[in-house]
Amino acid sequence: MELSRLPGFLLRRGIKAAVVILAIVVCNFLLIHAAPGDPASVIAGQSGAADERFLAQLREQFGLDKPFHVQLWIYLKGVLTLDLGFSHRQQQPVWTLISDRLPATLLLTGAAFAFAVTAGVTLGTLAARRVGRWADSVITVIALTFYATPIFWVGLMLVLFFSVWLEWLPSFGMATVGVELSGLAAVLDVGKHLILPAATLGLFYLAVYARLTRATMLEVADQDFVKTARAKGVPEGQVVRRHVLRNALLPVITFAGIQAGQLIGGSILVETVFAWPGIGRLAFDALLARDYAVLLGVFFCTSVMVVLFNLLTDLLYAVVDPRVEVEG
Amino acid sequence: MSDFWRRFRRNRGAVVGLVILVLVFLLAAFAPLLFPGSPWDMATAPFVPPGEEGMLLGSDSLGRDVAAGIAHGARISLMVGAVSTIAALSIGVSLGAIAGYLGGIADDAVMRFTEFFQTIPSFVFAILLVAIFTPSIGSVVFAIAVVSWPPVARVVRAEFLSLRSREFVQAAEVLGKSRLSIVLTDILPNALSPIVVLSSLMVASAILLESALSFLGLGDPNLMTWGFLIGAGRSVIRLAWWMSVFPGLAIFLTVLALNLVGEGLSDALNPRLARQRGGAA
Repeated sequence: MELSRLPGFLLRRGIKAAVVILAIVVCNFLLIHAAPGDPASVIAGQSGAADERFLAQLREQFGLDKPFHVQLWIYLKGVLTLDLGFSHRQQQPVWTLISDRLPATLLLTGAAFAFAVTAGVTLGTLAARRVGRWADSVITVIALTFYATPIFWVGLMLVLFFSVWLEWLPSFGMATVGVELSGLAAVLDVGKHLILPAATLGLFYLAVYARLTRATMLEVADQDFVKTARAKGVPEGQVVRRHVLRNALLPVITFAGIQAGQLIGGSILVETVFAWPGIGRLAFDALLARDYAVLLGVFFCTSVMVVLFNLLTDLLYAVVDPRVEVEG
Repeated sequence: MSDFWRRFRRNRGAVVGLVILVLVFLLAAFAPLLFPGSPWDMATAPFVPPGEEGMLLGSDSLGRDVAAGIAHGARISLMVGAVSTIAALSIGVSLGAIAGYLGGIADDAVMRFTEFFQTIPSFVFAILLVAIFTPSIGSVVFAIAVVSWPPVARVVRAEFLSLRSREFVQAAEVLGKSRLSIVLTDILPNALSPIVVLSSLMVASAILLESALSFLGLGDPNLMTWGFLIGAGRSVIRLAWWMSVFPGLAIFLTVLALNLVGEGLSDALNPRLARQRGGAA
């Protein structure tokens, strides 16, 4: 795409993203009202921890005595100013709870994503260059296996193997408890705790990216410009890197955007297994306490993250591939 | 039919998958005979390792038989997988048919709606739905159906788009058949094969989703499920590895079998597309 058309493209995508975010807020609002019982008691948590005064305050805050559309407006205004409500259980605003845990989740998903893309694209390239040979079949089998395995179970099996039997890696938390570390030692400590959760989360996507890279590389390798490059005498390694792989990476970018939501969902399970102190773990604790204000907040924030990530991949795609349509 | 079976059989993985699937079905069907009584009842001492005291797969922290839990859990997994897939299919097929057959504004509206559901993190949404409508078999099935219909709608829409301009549909229109009967008797039967292939994969992902929900404690509290078994074994994995390993293997084998059967169905139903598969699950 020409760079001069970029602002318009960005504007359209931005509007689209805003509409989706608005729809998510409305969805949350409808859910609160669809739940059995009074919205105030839903937000306060049903297990009876809330006192009457708090309920009355919630009813007022949501304007429950006002008409439906006014209630929706009050709720919208609240969420859009990042007022996601108050967790009665934790005695803290929901936004504070979530923003405290955000870095841990970003670290986990980022590491898992980087691992999945690098290893997946490498394996996929290998498989495509050796179609029908053993490396190819091994990768297909690995992909099939990880498609069919529950991610939390993979996590538990890695804990069993690397923490319980081999005692190589820690099985829970983000840092060693009760030890004051600083500088490089602290970073290494977190890194050691990160390996198993990131590997668990990344393995599934590794399989996906390997398959995707393999398929598109085989497709691109048949095209004329690759034959031309070979005919010109470009060395094989360079053909693969600069002509085939570069074009084969485009679907990988698209797919990364599509998978962002699943990556977040997976991180809830992985954080639960490894007691990783991120948003997923927060959601699990909120689930146990039936703390709906936090759950709704987590759903809103993760959705916004996915929308932003999609925006980013769209942009990346448009910049990388000059043929991309400027439509929509 | 024999042609279908011949093409299906050519895919060796699909045959293996079918065999595994039949075994899981038999296990589910005969669970009350193989393991009489409730899987929640204490059968022996707690933490008996596999193979000892008549416990084929060991016992859990309350002395319950893990094998009995797996057999009874198979009923729930298969049932949830099937019912939620049927529910998701009915949503997806209706919306896809409307979008593909009517086109225009209806198509646009349905596709925006579908895109919205594909954008939001579906697992987080499913958790929210089950939590808010309180965990029960009904809310689990509902949540799985709500998050899994979009691919069906897309596939059905694409099929309907290409089929609606074919001559036999035009002929039916000229004959004065009603729209509904054209959709149901002329177009839908011709769009069935991709739907069939997709549904076997959907049952697989529904089983995975159900296990993840019950692992988080969102399963029906009265029903023994595979995900619940793994969740219960999580905190005692250092003491009793068998509590989490075997139920996980059960999920893996069932889901793998369904995926393999799906590939076989795809090969058998549209040989043309057999080679293009891969990528998105």
